[in-house]
Parts: sequence; structure tokens; C-alpha cells
Amino acid sequence: MTNRSLGAYVHVPFCSSRCGYCDFNTYTASELQRDGTTVSTDTYAQRVVKEIQVTASKQTDFVQPLETIFFGGGTPTLLPAMDLNLILRDLENTYALADNCEVTTEANPDSVDKEYLETLRSGGFTRISFGHQSSSQKVLQVLDRTHTAGRTWQAVQWAKEAGFAHVSVDLIYGSPTETDDDLRLTLDEVTAAPVDHVSAYSLIVEPGTRLAATIKRGELSAPNDDVAAARYEMIDKALTRMGMTWYEVSNWSLPGGQCRHNIAYWQNQDWLGLGPGAHAHFAGLRQWNVKHPAAWAALVDSGDMPVADSEQLSALDVAHENIMLALRLRSGLALSELSPTAIDQANVALTDGLLDAEQFANGLAVLTFKGRLLADGLVARLWD
Amino acid sequence: MAPATPKPGATDPAIIRNFCIIAHIDHGKSTLADRMLQITGVVDPRNMRAQYLDRMDIERERGITIKSQAVRLPFKADDNEQYVLNLIDTPGHVDFTYEVSRSLAACEGAILLVDAAQGIEAQTLANLYLAIENNLVIIPVLNKIDLPAAQPEKYAAELAHIIGCSPDDVLKVSAKTGEGVGELLNEVVKLIPAPVGDAQAPARALIFDSVYDTYRGVVTYVRVIDGRIPVRDKIKMMSTAETHETLEVGVISPEPVATEALGVGEVGYLITGVKDVRQSRVGDTVTLAARPAQTSLGGYRDPKPMVFSGLYPLDGSDYPLLRDALDRLKLNDAALVYEPETSVALGFGFRCGFLGLLHLEIVRERLEREFNLELISTAPNVIYEVTMDDGTKHVVTNPSEFPGGKIAEVQEPVVRATILSPSEFVGTVMELCQQRRGTLLGMDYLSEDRVEMRYTLPLAEIVFDFFDQLKSRTRGFASLDYETTGDQVADLVKVDILLHGDPVDAFSAIVHKDKAYAYGVMMASKLKELIPRQQYEVPIQAAIGARVIARETIRAMRKDVLAKCYGGDISRKRKLLEKQKEGKKRMKMVGRVEVPQEAFIAALSTDDSAAKDKSK
Repeated sequence: MTNRSLGAYVHVPFCSSRCGYCDFNTYTASELQRDGTTVSTDTYAQRVVKEIQVTASKQTDFVQPLETIFFGGGTPTLLPAMDLNLILRDLENTYALADNCEVTTEANPDSVDKEYLETLRSGGFTRISFGHQSSSQKVLQVLDRTHTAGRTWQAVQWAKEAGFAHVSVDLIYGSPTETDDDLRLTLDEVTAAPVDHVSAYSLIVEPGTRLAATIKRGELSAPNDDVAAARYEMIDKALTRMGMTWYEVSNWSLPGGQCRHNIAYWQNQDWLGLGPGAHAHFAGLRQWNVKHPAAWAALVDSGDMPVADSEQLSALDVAHENIMLALRLRSGLALSELSPTAIDQANVALTDGLLDAEQFANGLAVLTFKGRLLADGLVARLWD
Repeated sequence: MAPATPKPGATDPAIIRNFCIIAHIDHGKSTLADRMLQITGVVDPRNMRAQYLDRMDIERERGITIKSQAVRLPFKADDNEQYVLNLIDTPGHVDFTYEVSRSLAACEGAILLVDAAQGIEAQTLANLYLAIENNLVIIPVLNKIDLPAAQPEKYAAELAHIIGCSPDDVLKVSAKTGEGVGELLNEVVKLIPAPVGDAQAPARALIFDSVYDTYRGVVTYVRVIDGRIPVRDKIKMMSTAETHETLEVGVISPEPVATEALGVGEVGYLITGVKDVRQSRVGDTVTLAARPAQTSLGGYRDPKPMVFSGLYPLDGSDYPLLRDALDRLKLNDAALVYEPETSVALGFGFRCGFLGLLHLEIVRERLEREFNLELISTAPNVIYEVTMDDGTKHVVTNPSEFPGGKIAEVQEPVVRATILSPSEFVGTVMELCQQRRGTLLGMDYLSEDRVEMRYTLPLAEIVFDFFDQLKSRTRGFASLDYETTGDQVADLVKVDILLHGDPVDAFSAIVHKDKAYAYGVMMASKLKELIPRQQYEVPIQAAIGARVIARETIRAMRKDVLAKCYGGDISRKRKLLEKQKEGKKRMKMVGRVEVPQEAFIAALSTDDSAAKDKSK
């Protein structure tokens, strides 16, 4: 047993099609077929169960009740609902679930129906996060999203009816061709929906993606930071009006709606990483699985942990990560953790209006609205 | 039986011929010298290498000669007599006019070597005039007649027109194939007079070059006019009255050969053990301490830096290395001057004085290459003399020294520039010179399609990318030479550049009042492009004193945060930010504004390529 909490991340590396902006470790059925692997949605859950067994038997120091579980992807809901439940059951049997364990899955609005959601709910899922991205059909097309805008709200409704207390939507803003009106439409719909959590990410053009190539060819314009800043402000205002508050620079919730799994990441708790390419963290050791599903499956089948590599964080790394992560949270960073030179920098940031004066007086570095948008530069300045 | 090779120190002046080659860069001087070494047999074919006489790497790579040398060539002419030819190599660039003039003063004749495909260039013409002033016999030669593009008839006519001979008198050679080089050496023997001097008079020898050698100390190249310079004797430098002992005396043929002495008309070297070329200055007269000459040979001038620039190490901790490197270079470069300087923006560095832009470029390149230093150099400027209303005078070699307060007048150096251009570009060249505050002194058609234009121009205008502009506006065909002729009063002001209200000393410039606005706008808009956005708005202002003449604004950065940071991202994001932070360490702080090194380099490099191109 450790004095840290333990969570689990389960990666599901399947998508029905690949979105142009996405650089995540995910594969379409045809990509997997082309790679000649037997890995498929049909057999995936069984292999994850096997990985859970291997991991628990080899890392016995890190077997304790799970506080949070998060199924991400890819598209976890491409698996049959019973398979997600099967994995959850196995985690419960192997690690046990803490009281009030938060169990989330990401979902594509068009990959679930009411029955599917009811199955998950009865299996013990407590939270669902839909990749809505935008209410503008034009923007969804630019992002290669397959769902229609209205489908999200239908799915949210079903989730509520199925008894999910916590429903979240993800938004992407600042996409090429997106206008203020497009975002306004999205926010109007979001604020009218029965969701208690919103994640909003400004579109990042990752190298090597189809979107990056399209922009390089000049067919779409690159996202603009000034525009993104203005859009962020629109989002923050709209969500605040509906009673939400930010608890991390890109996350807002109603009271009690925060995603505890993500908070555990940002507090450097421990977590298991299951599935191809999944990252785990155990007391300063970061460890990640082999990336390709076929390689992962082969290791799991032979009874090995499918770990690709690991990195032991130095004390300085840990300190840097702590500053980087804590500063992004509304709970803030204790000034007592900063060196004297970093305190000087924090004072400059206070003068520049990046840190909240009241909280500062209470010994906490908490970002102001302006500071939230300029957090990365500040993080670097607070590092020694 | 061949006559015995005449012994240095005991050679009849009547069989000596001292000559140099006047040529533009790339017109084949080094190749011709190589061929002469081979024909006279002083270099074994096995040991031959291209550009044998050019010693420094930079010289060989850039195809230019910075320091001259003299080589003694025994030659049996067509008349079956044995002669001694001393080929005195001359530096081929505008910045080294004085050194050229001393090399010429050591000769009785000059080969005027011109590319048969290109015709004469401005610098060659300037050196030719210098040679004619020194009463040298000129042998006009067209080189590269083997080239398909050669137009020997056309350029023979041009040369004949310039020096006033018949086109038939122009020799045609190919230094590459060796064609005509033997005939050329015979012409040298025939046409160039033997040196005349008084062997009994007190010794007088002209220093035409002085080179620092790591192992031997300073090697001084001399031409003996009168008397004799023996080894192991006390010599005296007439400009300083310093005395040294000749540890070694010799000739270069083409490797050093020690001898007993150098006699009248001979050319060779002497080594005294001094460590600094300043103790053995080009243009000075060497005499013997025991029986000194009464009058020097005349024409000695202290090298005078004309162009100044601040040199700063990119990495501040390299400052001591830069100081040591300059100390080392100085040993071999009597014209290089420098003193420590501090810039608010660039930190600790040196304000350095150079003969001209190429000299600056060469010094900078040697510092970077031989001493592994990364440098920022500030925009080059000239010397100004500022007289205040109360009569006090300031000599300004750095814009930051430009005084505030009531200024009565400012003097700036001017040059007499010679520009050779195809006639189709006359209008373009005149327009450029006019923009640069030039005054036309006169123009001549060298041939139907080539024009020589003479202008008075402020040196400051030449230093500011004039050559680049001249080349680009004439598709590379025009050539330029200039010599400083004095000072003039001009309406000059200092333009400061302020970032967020703080002046950036490295960007201050002294410019003509009519151009202050253009300079301010140019710098402000350039910096706006080069400086990344900061967390707050940064105004960039150009100002004369307290008066702002141009303004740009770098808008505040509103967002730098990466939106998403899930579990698998944490290390990646940390490393990304750590890398960014590392990158910021290379930024210079101006007040609170972070300015990347690249911005300084790019902003200061208006004419960075000028000196380089000039050598092409």
C-alpha cells in the first residue's frame, strides 16, 4: 500500500475513422487489417483483462482499491458495452473499487444509443464524456468528425435517462473556418444541455497529421492565438453564466462535477495504464506501453507486461511537474514550494496581473483570467 | 653551361627586376604567380599546389590575397643571360590601398593583369593609377585567353586606351595553360628597369610587409634601396628610432633561404625577434644603427582605422577568449585597433577600428574560424568629429558617444570613389550615388560600353550597404574603388531605437537628417518582425533626442498555454517547456523585453554580405 491514491487508465485504440487533427494512438479497422494483426474490437477486452492480471501479479506494491477509472481512446464505445463492463469487473475483482469510485468513458455521440448507455450504467459506469467538439456542421467537417451536431444532445439526454449523474462534453475551438458565431451556437447548445462538465481545448495542429498537411498546402489557415484567446474568453463567460467554474485551465464544471481522474493526474497520484501506448505513473516512475496494438497483444499473450520503457523522475523533474500542473489548477500552487528567485518571478507575475492578488496574500499562486492564457511562460519562469 | 645562380647579398643590381602584378580578384594573379614559379623552376612540380603564395586559409578559400609576399625567381632570359626577378605580391583590396602603395614603391614595374572575358575593374584601375604615380613601367596583359568568352581584341583596345599604348603592345596569356607566360617574363626583363641605388651610402630599406609568425616572431619584408642590410647587425626603424638585431636575413624562393645580407635593389626578409608587427611597420625605413641614414624614404603613414564596429561574443562568458583572440590577431595586423566597450543590450565586447569593410569582415571571420568564437557585430560606422556650441570637440567612433546638447557642427569623412560600370547602368549608378549624397566629379568612357565615374561620397554611405546596392542594381557588373580624401560638414543626427521606452544602444545610428525618418521606420518595422510577442505590448520607437520620429507596436501575446495536459502528456509537456526555457536563455534582456540573439544579428546585418561580395 502507498499513501497515494491509485487510478486506472484504459486505452481503447480503435476509431471508425481517423480525424484529421488527431495524433493519438488509435487505429481504424482497415489500418489494423493492413498491418496484419489479429487485434480487433472483438478480442480486445480479453487481452486487457490479461494485462490486468499480469500487471497486478508483477506490480504487487501497487495493488489497492481504485479511486478513479477512465476509458479513453480512440473510441472506447466502439467496444460492445458488455466488454467495457467486463474490463471494469476485472479491475474491481483484481484491485477492488474504492467507495464512490469514479468510472468514466469517453464516447462518440454517434457510437452509442440508449441501450448501450443503460448497459454501461448498470455495469457501474458513473460518468460519460462526449466528444462534441462543435455545434457547427462546417467546423465538424473541417475536423473530420462523423457525427451531426444534434446527435450529441440526443446522446446526452439518453445518458441522463440512463442515470448518469455526470455528463461532460469536449469542445475544440479555434479551428480553421470557425467564426465567433459558430462558437456562439456551440455555447448556446452546451449551456442549454444537462451537462455538469465541459473541457474546451484550442485546436493544436500536431505535426504529421492530415490537418497539418492541409494547412501546409494552404488549403486551410493555421489557428491564430489571438483568435483562440478571444474564443477562450467567450467560453469562460458562457460557462460561468451557467454556473460553472474553471478548475483547470481547460476544464469547467458545476459544483461536484469535476473529473476526479484528471485531477489525480494533475496531483501526481499513481495510475495504471492499460492498453497499447498507455502511460502509467507509480511514485515518480513514468512507464509506458508499447504503442502498436499488435506488439502490445503479442507481449500480453506471452504473459509479459507490455511495457516499452520507463523514466524515473529526478527530484527536479518532480518539482518542475508539480509547478507546471498545480499552476494550471484553480486550487493553485503553494508559494511555500517556490525558491526565492521563483518568488521574485511570482511577484512580477502578480504585478503583471497573471496571479490573483487575494490568493497570493493567502500564500497561493492562482492564475487570473489573463494568467490562464499565459500559463506556460509563467511556469517556465517559476522553474529554477 | 648555365651561369651560376646569383647569390643574394652579392647580386649585381643590373640583373635584378622588381615587379608586381596588379589585378582584380579572380583575374588570375595567383595562377600566374604559380606558373612563374614553375617556369623559373623554383618549385618542384611535385610540390606545386594551387595559389602557392597565398598562405592563410581565408586567402585560399576566398581567392583573395590579404598579405603580400615577395618571391625571388632566378630566370635565364632569351638573351641567354641570368636574371633575378623579384615578384612582389600585392594585396588586392580597396581596404589595403596603403599596403598596395608600399608594395608598388618597392618595384620598378608592374604587370597589369586583366581578365580577357571581363575587362578592367575599378580597383585595378585605382591601383594602376597608383602605379603610374609611382613611375612604374606598366606591362599590360590579358589573361584567360583560353576562355570561350574571352574578347581579347576588345579589352586590348580598352587597356590601350587607358594606359595610352597600342593594342598590339598588350600581351595575351593563359596563366592556366601557361601560354605566353615565358614571353611575359622576357618582357619583364626587357621593359622593366633595373633598380638603381648607392651601395656605399648608409643603408635604407623600405618595409612593404610585416607578418607575424608563431615560431619566428615578426618577419619583415624589405626592399633595399641603398647600402646593405647584413645579418647579425643592429638595425634601426626610422619612424620610431627603435633598434633591433637582425637574427636572420634572407630571401623567399619560394621557401625562406637565409643569406649573409641583402644588397642594393634586392628584396627579402629580416627577422629580429620582435613579437608585434607594430614594431616593424609597413612603409617605415630600415637603416643600420651604427651608420644611420639621415633621411627616410618617405611616404610612411600610420595605419588609420576608418570603420568601427562593436564585436560582442554571443555567449557572454566568451569575453576573455575574444580579448585573447584580438590580442593575438593584433600581432599580425598593425591596422587593427580595439578597446573594451559595454553595451546595455549586448554586454561586454570591444569597439574595433578597421581599415574598411573587408578588413572588418576578415577579422571577424578569423575570430570565428581560428578562435571558435560566435560573434555579433554592430552596424559599422565611421569617425565623426562633433563640435559643440561652446567650442568643445568630441571624436565619436560609436553612436552611443554622440553628444546631446547644442551641436555647432559635425564633420564626417568623405571618399573619392571610382565606379566602373557598363554604360547601360550609368543612370542607375548616378541615381544610387545621388541618394547616397554623392557629388559627381567626372566621368569617362573607357570604351564604347564602359564608363568610369568619379564621385565624392560620405564614407558612412559606402559603409552602409552601398556595395550591395551597386552590385544588385548593375546585375553585378559595376565595380568600386575608393580612397578617403578628407572630411566635410554634414547635417547629421543620432537616431536612437527604444524598446518599451529603453534605448537599445546597439541599434543607435548616426545618419543624415534627411534619412533619419527612413532609418527609424526601417529599424522599427524590422524589429517588429524579429522580436517575438511578449506578455505585454511593446512599443518600438525611433527618436532623435526626445523627439519620436517613428513608432511600431509589438502587440501583447495573449495566449501561450497548451490546452490539453492528460496523464500521458505530462512528461512531454514538461520537456517541451524545459526546451523553451533553454531557448530563452539565449535571449538578451532589454529592460524587460526578451530579444532573441537572431533579432540582433538580423537587425544589424543590413550590409553583412557587402564585404563578402566585395571580394568576389
